[in-house]
Amino acid sequence: MNLPLIQRSAARLSEALATGETTSVELTQLFLDRIAAVDAAIHAFLHIDSEGALAAARASDERRAAGDLASRLDGVPIAVKDVLTTDGLPTTCGSKILEGWVPPYDATVVARLKAAGLPILGKTNMDEFAMGSSTEHSAYGPTHNPWDLDRIPGGSGGGSAAVVAAFMAPLAIGTDTGGSIRQPGAVTGTVGVKPTYGGVSRYGLVAMANSLDQAGPVTRTVLDAAMLHEIIGGHDPLDSTSIDQPVPLVEESARAGATGDLSGLRIGVVTELGGEGYQPGVQQRFDQAVELLVKAGAEVVQVSCPNFLHALAAYYLIMPSEASSNLARFDAMRYGLRVLPEGVEAPSAEEVMRATRDQGFGDEVKRRIIIGTYALSSGYYDAYYGQAQKVRTLISRDFERAFEQADVLFSPTSPTTAFKLGEKLDDPLAMYLNDIATIPANLAGLPGISVPAGLAEEDSLPVGLQILAPALADDRLYRVGAALETLLEQQWGGPLIDPDKLDKELAR
Amino acid sequence: MISREEVRHLADLARIELDDAELDHLAPQLSVILESVASISEVAADDIPPTSHPLPVVNVFRDDVVRPSLTPDQALSGAPAVEGQRFAVPRILGDEQ
Repeated sequence: MNLPLIQRSAARLSEALATGETTSVELTQLFLDRIAAVDAAIHAFLHIDSEGALAAARASDERRAAGDLASRLDGVPIAVKDVLTTDGLPTTCGSKILEGWVPPYDATVVARLKAAGLPILGKTNMDEFAMGSSTEHSAYGPTHNPWDLDRIPGGSGGGSAAVVAAFMAPLAIGTDTGGSIRQPGAVTGTVGVKPTYGGVSRYGLVAMANSLDQAGPVTRTVLDAAMLHEIIGGHDPLDSTSIDQPVPLVEESARAGATGDLSGLRIGVVTELGGEGYQPGVQQRFDQAVELLVKAGAEVVQVSCPNFLHALAAYYLIMPSEASSNLARFDAMRYGLRVLPEGVEAPSAEEVMRATRDQGFGDEVKRRIIIGTYALSSGYYDAYYGQAQKVRTLISRDFERAFEQADVLFSPTSPTTAFKLGEKLDDPLAMYLNDIATIPANLAGLPGISVPAGLAEEDSLPVGLQILAPALADDRLYRVGAALETLLEQQWGGPLIDPDKLDKELAR
Repeated sequence: MISREEVRHLADLARIELDDAELDHLAPQLSVILESVASISEVAADDIPPTSHPLPVVNVFRDDVVRPSLTPDQALSGAPAVEGQRFAVPRILGDEQ
């Protein structure tokens, strides 16, 4: 069956380009047309670069004609989260403080996409400075979940997830500090990968919490994620935390996993990431996926990671502490917004900073900066930040013990399906609980993937499955993820996203 | 757990001007968040080493050679105010200094 081009995976599009069925210019125009048709309802893009994308597409077609391809995804369009700098294209991080800022340089991830020949369609919406789980904290308005426009697309990378879910691009880049790639993947029925910390360069990724942030692929298929991972991954001398080792063989693993055979693999179900607090329909799809893994030949064991119960508390001290420090750079002096306080004649730099940061930052950013300032202040440092760092050690030790018993760990990605826009907006704690299953991997620097599990029975909304692997063993995620994808799609009779149903929702 | 005055002080340290309405809104939320993370102080024993970074970090050096970099115009392109190839900033001393 020949799917319409915009519904095909990046791997298939690369074949369509290779056979001459289409050109990069035609493809790029098709996606730009799709964006024009549906993004008014979804609001996944903060900036669309038609001209730049088409110019890159023309260059790709010329390379192809000359037999000089830059990569296998040369000519396949992509969208980039607005937290990565793009030379000549606005980069706002979803914040008013960076409104209108045009960076003079590319993030390494962006430079690698360009070098590989992928036209960049535009920049995607996100919670301000990636702080949130719903994309509602964007200063430019929320993104809507393509499955149900009244619901959140996850966050902070809700824009990137919604773009691929609604066929506005086959590929996108996200970033994940506590789950911002994986949780949006779960609630939009798409694939999201957080690579091992240091596996993808952070140069040009505007930092929220630099010991946790990691960029990664956002796609509809596991193989596409692997192909994109190989393009953006690998050592970068411009990032001192970049791992100086070859990228794991993720594409090969995805292809091997797609056979659906997992014999010899030990899969650990994490006791603490399930049960109470998890929506019944989420738990049900998870339990069914475990049965599938057993049928695929995997050995499933129960593992316990008792300190995961403290992960949320540790995360919500470490992340704001780092954020309060990182966001000190927004001082109204060298770039971004500058607000002069009202009624002050010849204000001082400090008064300008205060006024600018009050007007330029939204509530969630202010909350986190203040919590971080508190946790780092003398008298509280040991009790909060110091203790949180110790708990971080305990969580890493729990992982080490678990990986003695299992090759990968398995859990639901998010405790619930997509909730309604506005439901948790002014209840920060309820919002934070969305990240309960994704945070431990960030604290320990480990890789994780979310793949679609099907729809929850009670609300017919997507559920995500999370696979976690030891540091540098990203390839395992792809093997297990691809196997699950193959086995589940056999049950469903095709991909989870039904284009007709989707377009009905978008037309409502 | 955390008073309105403490929040005002912390915001001041973080160089964020908060008006009364914002303090009324944020202070109770911050209290709830801090209460929820307070349990952390009882979790780890004294002998547990802290982790600041998930992977071992070492200093990274490069040869001290000139490399291509931003031009002055590029570096100043996002500045709110520029004067003579420099960032123009408000006066840096307060009245009391």
